[in-house]
Amino acid sequence: MRDLFGGGRATVMATAAMFAIACGGGGGSEAGGGMEEEAAGEEMASPVDMATAGGIHAMVMFEGMAPEMDVIDMASEPDCAARYTDTPMSEEVVVGDGGGLANVFVYVREGVDAGMNFPTPGGAVVMDQIGCRYVPRVVGVQSGQDLTFRNSDGLPHNINASPSTNRGFNVSQPVNMDTNRSFPMAEVMVPVRCDVHGWMSAYVGVLDHPFHGVTDMAGGADLGMLPPGEYVVEAWHERYGTQTASVTVTTAETAMVSFSFSEAMAANAVVPMGEPIDPHGLGAHALAPETH
Amino acid sequence: MRARASSPRAAMIPGFVFAAAMACAGSAPLTAQEENALGRDVYDRWCASCHGYEGLGDGYAAEYMLPRPRDFTQALYQIRTTPSGQLPTDDDIMRVINEGMPGTTMPGWEEELSLEERLALVDYLKSLSRFFATGEAPEPMTFSSPTRATEEALADGREVYELIECNRCHGADGRGDGTSSPTLVDDTGMPIYSVDLTENWYFNGGGTVEDIYRRLRTGLDGTPMPSFTDLIDAGVITDEQLWNLSHYVRSFAPEDPPGITEVIRAGLVEDAPLPQGVDDPMWESAEAFYIPMGGQIIQSPRWFVPQVAGLWVRALHDGGELAVHVSWSDHSESPDTAWADFQARVLSAVGPDEGDMEPGPRPDGLYVQFPMEIPEGMDKPYFLLGDPLEPVYLWHWESTAGAAHEADARGLGTTAPQGDASQSLASEAAFSAGRWAVMFRRALETEDPGDLQFRVGEPVPVGFAAWDGDNGESGSRGSISSWHYIFLQEPTPATVVVAPLIATLLTAGLGVLLVARAQRRVREGAEGADEGNA
Repeated sequence: MRDLFGGGRATVMATAAMFAIACGGGGGSEAGGGMEEEAAGEEMASPVDMATAGGIHAMVMFEGMAPEMDVIDMASEPDCAARYTDTPMSEEVVVGDGGGLANVFVYVREGVDAGMNFPTPGGAVVMDQIGCRYVPRVVGVQSGQDLTFRNSDGLPHNINASPSTNRGFNVSQPVNMDTNRSFPMAEVMVPVRCDVHGWMSAYVGVLDHPFHGVTDMAGGADLGMLPPGEYVVEAWHERYGTQTASVTVTTAETAMVSFSFSEAMAANAVVPMGEPIDPHGLGAHALAPETH
Repeated sequence: MRARASSPRAAMIPGFVFAAAMACAGSAPLTAQEENALGRDVYDRWCASCHGYEGLGDGYAAEYMLPRPRDFTQALYQIRTTPSGQLPTDDDIMRVINEGMPGTTMPGWEEELSLEERLALVDYLKSLSRFFATGEAPEPMTFSSPTRATEEALADGREVYELIECNRCHGADGRGDGTSSPTLVDDTGMPIYSVDLTENWYFNGGGTVEDIYRRLRTGLDGTPMPSFTDLIDAGVITDEQLWNLSHYVRSFAPEDPPGITEVIRAGLVEDAPLPQGVDDPMWESAEAFYIPMGGQIIQSPRWFVPQVAGLWVRALHDGGELAVHVSWSDHSESPDTAWADFQARVLSAVGPDEGDMEPGPRPDGLYVQFPMEIPEGMDKPYFLLGDPLEPVYLWHWESTAGAAHEADARGLGTTAPQGDASQSLASEAAFSAGRWAVMFRRALETEDPGDLQFRVGEPVPVGFAAWDGDNGESGSRGSISSWHYIFLQEPTPATVVVAPLIATLLTAGLGVLLVARAQRRVREGAEGADEGNA
């Protein structure tokens, strides 16, 4: 039987690499660009004709005062607590100095040509655990792509992924080590948690195509190069829910799509979890897009 | 939904699987369920009240249960022989149907349903989830054979327990009091306790070493308990070490599960003083009796999710005083602020039963109840702290109140402490590594007409009630035992000792005589024969 769940490959890191904490405490984040693609294997050619392709760049801004985040009480894990010079704060909402909202998963939700077959990227997306936090907190992967959960803390974590469309898993990681898994089905989003440290949560977006990104501290995310056409782009945030916008991609241009979130949205937010995604239609979302 | 024959997914999943998966979104499950009339009948009759008619785990009784009944649509099964995240085999599902889930409200059905009914039920449960629609048979893992539980194996198992830090949830002594315990939730966000490893008879999936090893290999999906198979694959520990860990985990619990205690025998201490404190080593050699506890679900407000599953009771007396030692596993010394959020989650998860359900600091508590006097015959007061006609006499201890005191009650909610002048109860309590131990000591006879007067050699009805404050328990929301008896052992009359001694000496003496005579005869016979040969 084929292993639908990507198999259980794990390797102990050869060296117990000690990672300096890039963030000095609250507000610091490895959002967006922190994602690391490892050891790209042999890549199959992309079906996108680069001669005619255009890009999508998303900008996600936060309107108003960023909410004050809860303090993370790391008293139960002094080794992690000791790595912070400031009080570690929840990273549920991370707003950059310029007002950009980080950790927003932005992806093409509709409009991808059903005839396109996107090869599974050979490189693994790495979600690290540093200072008892996930770095990055939000990642996107393509279905079938390796997702490496790394324990750089060298203290006990477990990786408990509870998707709805895919099958989940819950594996122990008591020492410095990598655990590789993959999700075969498109799903937005897959929640991941550590039960040893109740404050640790992360999210994985899984898509059948490569047109997705996670916003950085400036609120920006590149969705890659797509064939010209009409697309529906969705921005997903763990606290504020989702917004969609229609985008027209033209050759050799980068289409800008912008979203704006505010704290007021938290009260009525519907935060999709475990939603299967069919990116090929151009249906309801495109007919009545929420544009900004 | 448009078919995606050319999508990358199609490249990963065989075509027929994909077709089946697509079909399952339509009418296929209905057909499968309709075809399985027997399975549906059994399910609707016996399972749906908890698990819901659609299998969503939302039957009308579900809100009284923690953990909640399984949501079959997600096909998340705790007890499997397959890797974490994989579907269970049919045998895995059958095992849980047969044996139930000890420590939860799921009973075993092996005696209740025929094999045909149970087989149909397995198929029906699978038809409730699209995950089984591929029809592929999940492959069980290959498990190695158990190693021997040598001293070295146990010592290594302890090291592994510490290396992979099982104590984070299960505590240093396995009682579920680890630092991560108060934050644990299951996949549905419901609060979940890390299991008390000293009570292996409550382990889901069984309490043998083999069962423990398998749970370590597969994890308990849907719960915080992960799989440790990756650690073997990665060379962090060996398979043998996982067996050693299994032996060590098994060693937290007694060799055999405790039997049902009718009578707590209070041994007579004749040549030494009674234990002076709760930690007196004399208690370790005293006989321990297990008293199972259940939630108080008779009188409103009721309590369906009690945390004190059982008490260990030891008793000794010296003819003048009775000392009773009660111990039980408890995740915390309530009220513990680390558990405040957990308590709030429990209270919001349980059914909207009557009464105050606000979270707040609540102590742990224990009642030992007796009738007001030793009854004639089998008559006993109502077990929920008596009633207006037949009150009970209580020993009442609370974790925040210092010493225990005497009280009486005429039913739940009527407890009234005796006056200061009437108090004659000594007590001591200690909390350590997830275990409460409370010792009570009182003279067998007191001058107080409100006290039960104990008499050596006469069984005295005794019952217990307990509260875990950090689980939101107080008042009528706690756990309670049925009536048992405590029997104060009588001094052994001299004749009982002397008569067997005399009998033994006589028997031995006669035996020696007989043997000596027989030997003499043999010797004489042999000499006669020798003479004859000569």
